[in-house]
Amino acid sequence: MTATETPGTLLRILDYSSRADPYPLYAELRETPVALQEDGSYVISTYRELMDILHNPHLSSDVRHLSRPMEAAEGRGTPAFINLDPPEHDRLRRMAMRHFGPPHTPGLVAGLEPDLTATVGSLIDDFAGKEQIDIVDDFAYPFPVTVICHLLGVPREDEPRFHLWVNAVIESIDYNPKTDPKEKLENGRQATNELRAYLRGLVEERHSRPSDDLLSRLANDDGPDGRMTDEEIVATANLLLIAGHETTVNLITNGMLTLLRHPQMLQRLRDEPDLIVPLVEELLRYEPPVHIIPWRAAYSDVAVADTVIPKGSRIILMLASGSRDPNRFHDPDRFDPDRPDNQHLGFGSGIHLCFGGPLARRETQIALTELVRRLDRPGLVTDPPPYRRSPVLRGPIHLPVEQGAG
Amino acid sequence: MTSADNLRAFKRDGRIVVVGASLAGLRAAEALRGEGFTGSLTMIGDEPSEPYDRPPLSKQVLTGWVPADGTLLPRRRDIDAEWLLGVPAGGLDMRANQVRLADGREVPFDRVLIATGVRARPWFVESEADLDGVFVLRTREHAEGLQRALAAGPSRVLIIGAGFTGSEIASICRERGIAVTVAELAPAPLVGALGAMVGDVAADMQRAHGVDLRCGVKVTRLEGDAQGRFRRAHFDDGSAIDADVAVVALGGIRNTEWLRGSGLAAGVWGIACDTGCRALTLDGLITDDVFAAGDVARCPNPIYEYRLISLEHWANAVEQAEVAAHNMVSGQADRWPHLSLPVFWSIQFGVNIKTVGVPTFADEVVVTQGSVADRRFVAAYGYRGRVTAAVSFNNAKWLDHYRQLIETAAPFPPPFPAPDQPADMKPVPVDFPGPTLLAQGATVVVTGHDPGERRVTSAQQHR
Repeated sequence: MTATETPGTLLRILDYSSRADPYPLYAELRETPVALQEDGSYVISTYRELMDILHNPHLSSDVRHLSRPMEAAEGRGTPAFINLDPPEHDRLRRMAMRHFGPPHTPGLVAGLEPDLTATVGSLIDDFAGKEQIDIVDDFAYPFPVTVICHLLGVPREDEPRFHLWVNAVIESIDYNPKTDPKEKLENGRQATNELRAYLRGLVEERHSRPSDDLLSRLANDDGPDGRMTDEEIVATANLLLIAGHETTVNLITNGMLTLLRHPQMLQRLRDEPDLIVPLVEELLRYEPPVHIIPWRAAYSDVAVADTVIPKGSRIILMLASGSRDPNRFHDPDRFDPDRPDNQHLGFGSGIHLCFGGPLARRETQIALTELVRRLDRPGLVTDPPPYRRSPVLRGPIHLPVEQGAG
Repeated sequence: MTSADNLRAFKRDGRIVVVGASLAGLRAAEALRGEGFTGSLTMIGDEPSEPYDRPPLSKQVLTGWVPADGTLLPRRRDIDAEWLLGVPAGGLDMRANQVRLADGREVPFDRVLIATGVRARPWFVESEADLDGVFVLRTREHAEGLQRALAAGPSRVLIIGAGFTGSEIASICRERGIAVTVAELAPAPLVGALGAMVGDVAADMQRAHGVDLRCGVKVTRLEGDAQGRFRRAHFDDGSAIDADVAVVALGGIRNTEWLRGSGLAAGVWGIACDTGCRALTLDGLITDDVFAAGDVARCPNPIYEYRLISLEHWANAVEQAEVAAHNMVSGQADRWPHLSLPVFWSIQFGVNIKTVGVPTFADEVVVTQGSVADRRFVAAYGYRGRVTAAVSFNNAKWLDHYRQLIETAAPFPPPFPAPDQPADMKPVPVDFPGPTLLAQGATVVVTGHDPGERRVTSAQQHR
């Protein structure tokens, strides 16, 4: 193992200067599929090893199984199912899924389609008369936020409040004690507490005045597993709000950026709207919103490829690198919606496979189809656009686009 | 001409015949075209319709969610084939390279793929099998008839045999509120495929859903009324039950009778092949132009000591079809072996059951994750200290890991603890019923003295 070179690669990936194009660094990382870092953590960057580890029952999502505690995870209250192992994970995810997808709620995403189309339409209507629009602020951000607020039953007018909290939480997810001020961590913690207190208030309201939204159903409906406690509901809602808030914004924005960089593909999508289904799958491989699972814990010794990762180690999963692994995908740096057998890692894999995946897919399909149909000769204003800080949830912070660009 | 020239000419102008127009046959035909085969392609099938999918027949079709004719297999590409449907094959002449159809027509080939599958094992007394209300379930027509019978609201359904198909049908009867009795010769359902430990779980599951499950009993007689309608079944313990519908779910019979006299190693056990799906002759020699895929093929699996294994699994049919098709149009050096591990799934009583590997190749079994009481667990199977298979109940997302354990001959029981592991992770004997097939007597005899004369001949009539 070339443990002397690889730590440098990860640090360079985390460095903001490589945000616009981390892919050459991922290629460097893949030279050592399981790379031990100076701090004792292991980075996994190749497709097959990532698939193996994501299906490995000896991998834990529970921070309590790390031998070195993680500062960023401390003091955040009841964990959501994303940070739990079976059987607790299975129970909470199953209880949440009861109200979100098949078999009990099979038509949820399909039933939202008229709303999704209407929301997208009205946002694009507002572009009228503007020469330049920001795909993020004017479209990709407000759209999924409106959807997740509606679904959960969070008042849309509270968005300015929780927007700040969510931003602070996201900021602190990839906290690095070496480079980041302690203040960033503290802001994240405080924001988590405030966001949870806010959600707790909504859950209490739903107990007395239920309506048709997800919070009401979680608060009042009994299934075979019984009912979640209020703290479990708050943790679940917190997770869904943040995930529903952040990732789809990046997927839509990365999608538009990719199309603008591939004008022939943009034209093709305009001519063949059905292309959107494989195109969004290819986006999830080529420019996914989630690049890194920043930590998992080795519950016991975990064998990956030829390496045994000792119990208690932190494991960092470079999903976006795996989806560009040339040993799995032919010509991986090419954007190719016609790609066969596109089993990307865009939504992860295994028991933590993205809960909101079906919704995110449909949102992005509708958003990009309508943008491409209705924008008049869109052109990129700056390439690359400015990016957000996070290397974990990666996407442009603004994507200025001009219309009638010729 | 070099062999490369020959191969090119064959890919361009050759004649390939596929016998069997179901999943394996169709996928092979598509793969042949995908591999660039542009010669003539003939599809022979005994059923009148185009290839359809069978797993939904014992599930969505019986519930009435999907009509029986709504299960056509999706086409992945145009195969530009000549279809000879509604007529079974009657013989294979390996000297003249011809398939003879039951109606006497002869179809010449350069290479042939045999994918004739299995048919349902009928009730052993013909007059009883013919009673109105007695069903088997293999084809679309069977499913259509049984679905109609269930929709008519029978007072009770008797299911004979608690393997996967029988158990799935029992589950659907309960889902539709129909009283159901399941009769099984073994001590528990699914025991022949998954062993006694999992069989006990399956038995609890059936009883918890109100199935009248009777194990260790044999149905001896199906009794009809004056109108020829099934009314009552008698058991070997002297008891009897009244029912309107009987479903005979006693597994399948491989469709190999038509190969009698062909010289292929074909019989009740299937068609013996190499891992490249090339058929063996009775003498155990590899043929070069005859291939087999799907339920009827019996291939060696290196992971299981090269034993010849035939599987009635959907994914196995697809994978063998693709390997066979590739090898049919490839030279010696470019051939692929079919080495993937079998994967099988079933849905019954609200539980998704999935297996990887060959659970019958085991001496011990251990629950490695989850809880048997909750019917949400993974159990690993081991043979002489290595992992050979796994089964999951409502926990299928972990099975990829067990596939890897099997492929790398990982130690059994798996040594490392995982979250959600039962406290006393103790292996128990796997306990399968005896190898009943071995009791059927010899199937071949060897004749001749000198190496040049020694030959194998078939010793047993097909049943």
